[in-house]
Amino acid sequence: MIECKNIVKSYINGGEEVQVLKNLNFSISDGEFVAITGPSGSGKSTLMHILGALDTPTSGEYKLDGKNITDFSDNELANIRNKKIGFVFQAFNLLARSTVLRNVMLPLIYAEVPRNEREGIARMALKSAGLDEAQYNKKSNQLSGGQMQRVAIARALVNNPSLILADEPTGNLDTKTGEIVLKTFEGLNRKQHHTIILITHELTVAEHADRLILIRDGVITDDYKTKK
Amino acid sequence: MKLRDLFEEIWSALFSNKARSGLTILGIVIGIGSVIAMIAIGQGSQSSIESSIQSLGSNLILITPGAQRGVGVQVSQGRGSSQTLTREDAEEILSQVPNVTAVSPEVSGRYQVTAKGTNTNTSINGVVAAYPSVRNVEIEFGNFLNDQNVKALSKVAVIGPSVRDDLFGEDADSSKVIGQTIRIKGINFTIVGITKEKGGSGFNNQDDVIYVPITVAQQYMTGGNYVSTIAVQAADESAMATVQSDITALLMDRHNVATADFSTMNQADIVATASSITGTFTILLGSVAGISLVVGGIGIMNMMLTTVTERTREIGLKKAIGAKRKDINYQFLGEAIMLTFIGGIFGIILGWLASFIANQFFSVATEVSMFSVVLSFGVSGAIGIIFGYYPANRASKLNPIEALRYE
Repeated sequence: MIECKNIVKSYINGGEEVQVLKNLNFSISDGEFVAITGPSGSGKSTLMHILGALDTPTSGEYKLDGKNITDFSDNELANIRNKKIGFVFQAFNLLARSTVLRNVMLPLIYAEVPRNEREGIARMALKSAGLDEAQYNKKSNQLSGGQMQRVAIARALVNNPSLILADEPTGNLDTKTGEIVLKTFEGLNRKQHHTIILITHELTVAEHADRLILIRDGVITDDYKTKK
Repeated sequence: MKLRDLFEEIWSALFSNKARSGLTILGIVIGIGSVIAMIAIGQGSQSSIESSIQSLGSNLILITPGAQRGVGVQVSQGRGSSQTLTREDAEEILSQVPNVTAVSPEVSGRYQVTAKGTNTNTSINGVVAAYPSVRNVEIEFGNFLNDQNVKALSKVAVIGPSVRDDLFGEDADSSKVIGQTIRIKGINFTIVGITKEKGGSGFNNQDDVIYVPITVAQQYMTGGNYVSTIAVQAADESAMATVQSDITALLMDRHNVATADFSTMNQADIVATASSITGTFTILLGSVAGISLVVGGIGIMNMMLTTVTERTREIGLKKAIGAKRKDINYQFLGEAIMLTFIGGIFGIILGWLASFIANQFFSVATEVSMFSVVLSFGVSGAIGIIFGYYPANRASKLNPIEALRYE
């Protein structure tokens, strides 16, 4: 469960305060598949950083699973990111020198999950993300773009987070592969009831979600259920 | 993050960039290797000099003509530059000063020596019969000079093994060398003995010497009654200081001077002086090598800074998936320490090998001490921490959002 109350984020730019997010209020329930969309410069990336505990709002309250994490310390935020949030990035951000399995196990290493349990958990996550088992021991740079994004999805899933945040996950993929990745998200939401927030500037991508939050100039301009 | 996982991460990061890691390690290998080799050479020469000083004799006090200048110990003051000591001084020391077991007045000079068509330039020492016991000289063949030889101005000589080799060839039968004649300054001497090999090299070669009776040397070579050194053997080590001051008092009285016109030096002083000189020499060598170690350390820092910049996105990602500041810090610090650690191991092997080669093929005395191994290992670890700290700290402080955006 996510609750955002009066979220404001401002920066000082050239001596002047610039408000990027202006008093946002919304909540997302467990198991929802939400797309946050808007043109570039609308503030959706800033919002994603706050939702992903990478940044804290200037004012307002952000509650994740009932905990207000607005004034958490660096280490506490790192813990939240490790246990409660899974990230999927446009550029995949895999470690090229490591194998697929090692990449997926990385969050488990930081969570200090016992060694003998890690591989089993990583394999399950890779299976959920739909990656063929033959690829597990390959170096991540030997995979195709679609395969890499599946590895990244598996990495986001591996700690069984409350929330998966996908930032333009299809941005580096061709339409067909992008479609497969989006179907993977849909599957994870429908079958395994993961809460997914998709951040995208493409409406066609956003429409794969069940709910759409439109943001423009730091303000939510629309919030509705899609017709799916 | 558990230690084993940290180690695996460090290893995989360093191994994925073999060439760069290898070159950085090489800098440390050369640094540590040269420190070990240089200290080994320094300490090797220190112990070789000390042992050759010990071989000069035991409980020895050396008296040389000429006043002692300034404070501290004087190692050499140009023998023969002043003529204040005589053979009578030596005889008086033996008879007047308690706790003196033997006294050996000596004169020396370098002369050309010929024997049956061969010749050599060597040191001629005019000595007395007490010389071998005072100066730790042993006879291998024949006899040393005796009191009768000294009194009667006998033209007899005892030669060192190097002189024997120079004049009669390395494969000469020593027993046949006894009785042969050599010519020094136009005077024929009969060889009566050959000393045992003592070792030493260069200026300090105690085997490249010819001993003749002091009376003969004074009459035919140096002229006058003066001696260049009086070597005094004290009864035991504890008596040396007293003996030394007694000698000073006696000689000043005899010479009727207010300030000493001679200098005395006991063996402990010589060893101390030599040790301090070789110690400085070792420090000098070590510091020169230490510079290369620092350069190696800067190489580490340079590599780590480049690595942090190159891996900014990786740092951003790791932070996004839950790595804490200290995890990132330990990772990069660990990489720097690992580089110096590996460099340290290979450096010790290289240093050992270099000093072994110097010893075997270039006859340089070396001594690899555990101290220098532990020191350089510690220093290399410290260099890893010092030069890795800044890049690691910089990495850990990166803002995850900016790091993820980094192109």
